[in-house]
Amino acid sequence: MLRRALLAALSLFCLAASAYAEPLDDGLNDLLGDSFPQTTKAVGEIAASGSPQSSAILDAMANGRALIDAANHRIVLKTDKGDWVDAKTGAPIAGLDEGALKKVRVNNGVRTAIGAAMGGLSMANADPAKRREAAEQVFKSRDPKALPAIEAQIAKETDPNALASLKQARAAILVADDSAPTAQRVAALADLTARGDEDAENLIATAAASAKDPEFKAAAAAALAHTQRRLAMISVAQNLWYGISAASVLLLAAIGLAITFGVMGVINMAHGEMAMLGAYVTYVVQGALPPALQPWSLAFAIPLAFLTSGLVGAGLERLIIRRLYNRPLETLLATWGVSLILQQAIRSLFGASNKQVTSPAFMTGSFDFWGVSITANRMWIIVLSLAVFLGIQLVLRATPFGLQMRAVTQNRRMAASMGISTGFVDTAAFALGSGVAGIAGVALSQIDNVSPNLGQGYIIDSFMVVVLGGVGNLWGTLLGALTLGLANKELEPYIGAVQGQITLLIFIILFIQMRPRGLFALKGRAVEA
Amino acid sequence: MIARLDRAGWIFAFLLIATAVAVPFMALSPATSAFHLPSYLVQVLGKYLCYAILALSLDLVWGYVGILSLGHGAFFALGGYAMGMYLMRQIGARGVYANPILPDFMVFLNWKELPVAWWGFQSFPYAMLMVVLVPGALALAFGWFAFRSRVTGVYLSIITQAMTFALFKEFFRNDFGFGGNNGLTDFKDLLGFSLQTDAMKAALCSISAITLLIAYLVARAIVTSKYGKVLVAVRDAESRVRFLGYRVENYKLFAFVVSAIIAGIGGALYVPQVGIINPSEFTPGNSIEAVLWVAVGGRGTLVGAAIGAVVVNLAKSYYTAALPEVWLFALGGLFVLVTLFLPKGIFGLRWVDLTAAAGALLIVHFAPIAPNGLYQTYLLHLAFVIDVAWGIAAFFIIRFLLDWTIRRLGGATPDIARSSSGNGP
Repeated sequence: MLRRALLAALSLFCLAASAYAEPLDDGLNDLLGDSFPQTTKAVGEIAASGSPQSSAILDAMANGRALIDAANHRIVLKTDKGDWVDAKTGAPIAGLDEGALKKVRVNNGVRTAIGAAMGGLSMANADPAKRREAAEQVFKSRDPKALPAIEAQIAKETDPNALASLKQARAAILVADDSAPTAQRVAALADLTARGDEDAENLIATAAASAKDPEFKAAAAAALAHTQRRLAMISVAQNLWYGISAASVLLLAAIGLAITFGVMGVINMAHGEMAMLGAYVTYVVQGALPPALQPWSLAFAIPLAFLTSGLVGAGLERLIIRRLYNRPLETLLATWGVSLILQQAIRSLFGASNKQVTSPAFMTGSFDFWGVSITANRMWIIVLSLAVFLGIQLVLRATPFGLQMRAVTQNRRMAASMGISTGFVDTAAFALGSGVAGIAGVALSQIDNVSPNLGQGYIIDSFMVVVLGGVGNLWGTLLGALTLGLANKELEPYIGAVQGQITLLIFIILFIQMRPRGLFALKGRAVEA
Repeated sequence: MIARLDRAGWIFAFLLIATAVAVPFMALSPATSAFHLPSYLVQVLGKYLCYAILALSLDLVWGYVGILSLGHGAFFALGGYAMGMYLMRQIGARGVYANPILPDFMVFLNWKELPVAWWGFQSFPYAMLMVVLVPGALALAFGWFAFRSRVTGVYLSIITQAMTFALFKEFFRNDFGFGGNNGLTDFKDLLGFSLQTDAMKAALCSISAITLLIAYLVARAIVTSKYGKVLVAVRDAESRVRFLGYRVENYKLFAFVVSAIIAGIGGALYVPQVGIINPSEFTPGNSIEAVLWVAVGGRGTLVGAAIGAVVVNLAKSYYTAALPEVWLFALGGLFVLVTLFLPKGIFGLRWVDLTAAAGALLIVHFAPIAPNGLYQTYLLHLAFVIDVAWGIAAFFIIRFLLDWTIRRLGGATPDIARSSSGNGP
């Protein structure tokens, strides 16, 4: 099929077929010499010959199936089936003395040339995707010998994507070739700027540096500046994306913490373990569901994780935290103990090794959005975190329970005087906060290793979000998560990931100098917590 | 400033002096002697004493000023690193790469010169100065920022945790210049004496005991002075003390810096005895564990903190060797149970409770209900639960019997610490 399409395309090389008959002979003659420079030259000649045999010859050479029959002064090819054919005509040969044959030797230089030449040949493939691929290969190799094939294909290309790729490939050749006409090279620059990625930038930069023609040099410099500006913008956008994606994870992990800290004034050190439980629920759900429901496993995992972690949280509140009322520092220690117990319990049940959680199809892969690469799982986590955030806001703003919770947050004793059952609110808030952590765990299972230590990796960062955002308002948590996520990713390219995190920790320590209760502190007249 | 000791303090001081004197004799006595102390036990004892120094320093700020530092392990580790750097420089040309100036890991990283931070560490007095200065300076800077802006309570705890976490990450990096992940190790000698000899190990253990005693006396002097009364007042009613005209932040800062220095010295003694210092000492978990020692022993008692460090670490050594699977359960359970039921720690117990606990431990150890074979199977958690339940039952039975006997005899049941001054709430 491929071969036939190739033939059809090649025959369209209007004058080519007959005019290039001779280069095939030249090429084959060069192969007989069996020296690497000659072989490399031959590859170009064979590809440019336009002969229907070219691709078969090149393919055979690349795979070591092209042999020199010195006695008969010809090149013979071994087919896939082990038959012998003449390289020039493709006619089968019988009764060949295999012992007298010598392989056409191929080194890396030759292989590169073959790759480029094959690229030129498949330029005319019927499949537009293949044509693009071929064009891309030429773009990388910048082999001037592929130029005629590209020009021919551009003239009759119908697929816009393939056309763009072909033009870029042509531009790459022209820009790199100092002897090409200036007007063509300047026009080629436009194609490269349209491409605008790092490869294009490198190409233009090299050309601009080595160009002798002043007109082209100026045009190249302008194109370079343009491309670099565009690349800088894409890199900012990409970092922005990474930052938002990091922020969404932080938000998911911290939002439950902010609720419990806000309502009860205690820090739940076992919060990370609630997320870890959620991740293990995802793992268990995935194992338990029949194959038909596998694509929907997350739809089961999210509510189940919420319930599991929420129940554990409610139990924790009833059994332990309630008894440490008014002793927030001791609560910290007790919940740390609970986190150790939960970790060890999971380790005893499931083993210490990482568990494999497979992502559903819609959460895998990535796509390109204006030059910014966007991974699907990160995108869905952002969606999830926003949904959770809005959901919690809705609960807080639009339900009686939310009203009670806000009242207890603002003034516990006054709320109790007004008939609000603060005990119930505490338990429910703790369950809610832990449940949200469970949902965070479902999200984390998609991007991180599901292991008993999962929660430990996020707990300190979520503390920082809460410290930064304050507990007066969930918007503070959102802002805190965004600030930390973005700042972290924007700093990363300059000072490295670890140094960036350390800088942020120092920043937070300094920040609470100015706002000891975070960005959104509760307004009130309380002297101390 | 002479420390006024209460009865528990005198006993504690006597025990430490006895340890400091007895350990070298016992360690250097012939192996056949009944009093012989094997060198690994000397090392373990020395390690516990260093932990006790850390616990004592933590108790000074937590028990008396109400600052729950979840990052005291950082000061301990910094002191340890300062000592480790001196020990590294002492190796000299005896390292694997035989470079007289650069420690092995620097040669390995292809470094050509000694980083500035390492200058001077070939001198012992300078290194000892750094043991005190580095943790002290960090505590000063950190505390100055934190206390001035009235960061208190849970916020302060979290920020201290962030501090040690940041240091952990920093020291983990190879580029930071302190051995990265592997830390500093392969030490050879201290002040020209090899660290491997029994005599040196015994000497270090003795020095640790003496240092613990000195640290205790200093801390005791602080908390029994007028200054210490203000510290306790800050713990109990910070705003009120401020309204009375005291500069609360200065009081807190002083206690915090002294505590950090004590912790740093503890770390410096710890490193030559365990032979390694690496970034894991900075992990937040380590610092929280140190808080547990204080809680177990009894917050605001100083002596209790030291006892707690030894008791918890004894249990840790036992469990991590015998039943590694249940150690985290035991540790986590200890966190929960102590905070819930023993707010004053061991020191808040009555003698009767303590006797009953010791009796219960002996009973579980020598007459466990769960058959020993069960511990070898996957049911070991069940076996553990059965034995814990058996121990608790034994505890209550013994306590009831003791109480009943004492009531019959008409005696009182005093606290261990009596009502000494400066007891925790």
